[in-house]
Amino acid sequence: MTMAAPKVVTRAEVEDFLYHEAALLDDWKLNEWEALLTDDATYYVPPNDQLEGDHRSTLFLVADDRERIRQRIIRINDPNCHAEYPKSRTRRMISNVRIVGVEGDLVKVAANFVCYRYRRYERIREYVGAYRYILKRAGDGFRIKERRVLIDAHELGSLGSVSFIL
Amino acid sequence: MSVRSYIVDDRERKTFLLDREVLVSDEILRKEMAQIFGRCWIYVGHSSELKKPGDFRSRKVAGRPVIFCRDQGGQFHCLFNTCRHRGAIVCTEREGNRRRFQCIYHGWTYGNDGRLVGVPGDDAYAGSLDKSAYGLRRPARFEEYRGFWFMCLDEDADPLVDYLAGAKDYIDLVIDQSPSGRMEIIAGVQEYDVAANWKLMVENSVDDYHLPSTHSTWLNFMANSGVKIEPPKEEGLVLPTRGKAVELGNGHFTTDNVNFRGRPVAKWIPIYGEAAKAEIDDIRRELVTRLGAERATRVADTNRNLVIFPNLVINDGSSVTVRTFYPEGAGKMHVTAWALGPLEEGESARARRLDAFLTFYGPGGFATPDDVEALELVQQGLANWAEDRWSEMSRGMGKDGEQLNSDEHHLRIFWRRWNELMGAQA
Repeated sequence: MTMAAPKVVTRAEVEDFLYHEAALLDDWKLNEWEALLTDDATYYVPPNDQLEGDHRSTLFLVADDRERIRQRIIRINDPNCHAEYPKSRTRRMISNVRIVGVEGDLVKVAANFVCYRYRRYERIREYVGAYRYILKRAGDGFRIKERRVLIDAHELGSLGSVSFIL
Repeated sequence: MSVRSYIVDDRERKTFLLDREVLVSDEILRKEMAQIFGRCWIYVGHSSELKKPGDFRSRKVAGRPVIFCRDQGGQFHCLFNTCRHRGAIVCTEREGNRRRFQCIYHGWTYGNDGRLVGVPGDDAYAGSLDKSAYGLRRPARFEEYRGFWFMCLDEDADPLVDYLAGAKDYIDLVIDQSPSGRMEIIAGVQEYDVAANWKLMVENSVDDYHLPSTHSTWLNFMANSGVKIEPPKEEGLVLPTRGKAVELGNGHFTTDNVNFRGRPVAKWIPIYGEAAKAEIDDIRRELVTRLGAERATRVADTNRNLVIFPNLVINDGSSVTVRTFYPEGAGKMHVTAWALGPLEEGESARARRLDAFLTFYGPGGFATPDDVEALELVQQGLANWAEDRWSEMSRGMGKDGEQLNSDEHHLRIFWRRWNELMGAQA
C-alpha cells in the first residue's frame, strides 16, 4: 500500500471557501459561520496603530477566543444588540487571495477586503483592509483556526464601531 | 454679559430640564470652544507614553495639533505642532524619538524642547530674525498630576492641582492599584467617531440608569459566563448593588459603586478562569499588606466612573480606561481611549486586564457599540429639537439623602457647571 501524497492546496479552493464565508457573514447566518470554526478558533482585530501587536500586551479592538466568539454570536443575534438591530447591511469584496504558507494541515492565507456597511439614514461605512487566516484542512474543505482582520484606516474614525463580525 | 440659561433648575418643583439646542447648535459649539475648551484644563497625555528623552507623540487636543514630548534633559513639553514660519505641521509621525522636528516646507528646524535651532539661508534676514522669539508656541499652561498631563489655554487659570479638587482622591484610588504607585498607558489606542454631540458622552460615561436597557446583552454575556448578577433587592436600585453619585467640585464628579462585575484587580469572576484565582489572591494580599484592609477594599471592590470636567473620563471598572473626546462639529465627536495598568503588572495579569477591557469597552466590546448607538439615536432624534425642546433630567431630585449612580444628580452637576461657564444665568 502506498501513502497518498498530501493534497496540494489550490488558490481556487481557498477562494471558494472565503467567498462562502463572506456570503454567510453578509447574510447574517452566524450559526452556519460558526460551524466553519475549529474548536480552538480565534478572531482578532488589532488596533489601528499596532497592527502587528500581541493581544496579550496590546489593547485590541477584538481579541476573541473560541468561547468569546460563541458569546459574540449570541450577542449579535439578540435583538437587544442595539448596534446591530436593525441589522446593518454589509457587502464584502475579497480579492488578492494568496496562499502564503503551508505547514502540515495548516494553510496560511492572506487576502484583501472591502466591506461596505450600511445603516439607516445613509450611514455608510467602508472598511478596507487585509485578512490573515490560518485555515485547517478538514476532509475536502477547511476550518478556520485563526482569523485576523487588519484595518488600513489610521484610526477607526468615522467607521465608528466593529459591532458585527468584520 | 450674561445670556439666557440653557437649563431649567427648579429646586422647588424638583425639576431639571436641558435645552436641546445645546446639543445641536454650531453657534453654541463655537462658544464652547472659547469658554469651555479655552479656559479649562484639558488632558494631553500620560507620562508613561514618553519613557525616554526625545520620545514624542503627536495628537490633537481640543482641536489643536500638539506634540507631547520630552527634551534631551527629560523635561516634558506640549508644543503646538505648527511651524512659526508659514504654519505647516512640523511633526508628521504619530510617535517616535527625535532630537529635532524639521518642517518639510522650508526646512525650519526645532529642538525637542521647542526652540528654533535652524533656518536655512538665514543670512537673507540680515540679522533681523530673532530665533529665540520663534520657538514653537505652546499652551499658556502645562501641568501634571501623578502622571496625567493637562494643558490650559488660559494664562490666569487656577493651578491644575486646585482645579482637580476632589477628583484627585479618585485618581489616587486608581493609582493605588500599582505597588509602586506608577501606572502606564498600555500599547494600542482605540480612536473612533460617534455621530453625536460630545456632551452626550459625558452623560453616558457616568449614567448607570441606562445599563439594564442599553446593555442587556452584556448582562446576558456575564450570566452565560457564570457571573451571577442578582436583581436589585433594595427599593430604588436598578443595579444589583448600591452605587452613589459624588460631586467633586469644579464640575467634576464620579460614580462610586459596590462592584458586582469582577475586576482584574483582586476581584475574581469565572470569566478570568480557575487558573487566575491564585494570582488574583496574591494581588489582593499585596493590596492589603500595602494599603490596609479598608483601603484595599476601596481599591478592589468598588468601581468608579470619574469625569474630570469637561472631557476626561477614567473608568475604573472591568479594567481601567482613560477616555477623552472632542467635538468635531455639533453633531459629531472623536473619541480616544486607552487602557491603563500598573507598570509592574505581570504578563498574565496584563493579558487578563486587556481581555476584561474588551468584555465591555471599545468599538468591538460587548457594551460600547450599544452606547455609541444610543448616543447616535439621541442625536438623530434631536433633529426635532425646535419642536420638542427640553430633555428631562430630574431623576433623583425629589429624594432626600443620597443620590444614586442611577439618578441624574451627577449629570446635573455637569450641566450646571457647563451653564455657568457659558455665562448663563441659571
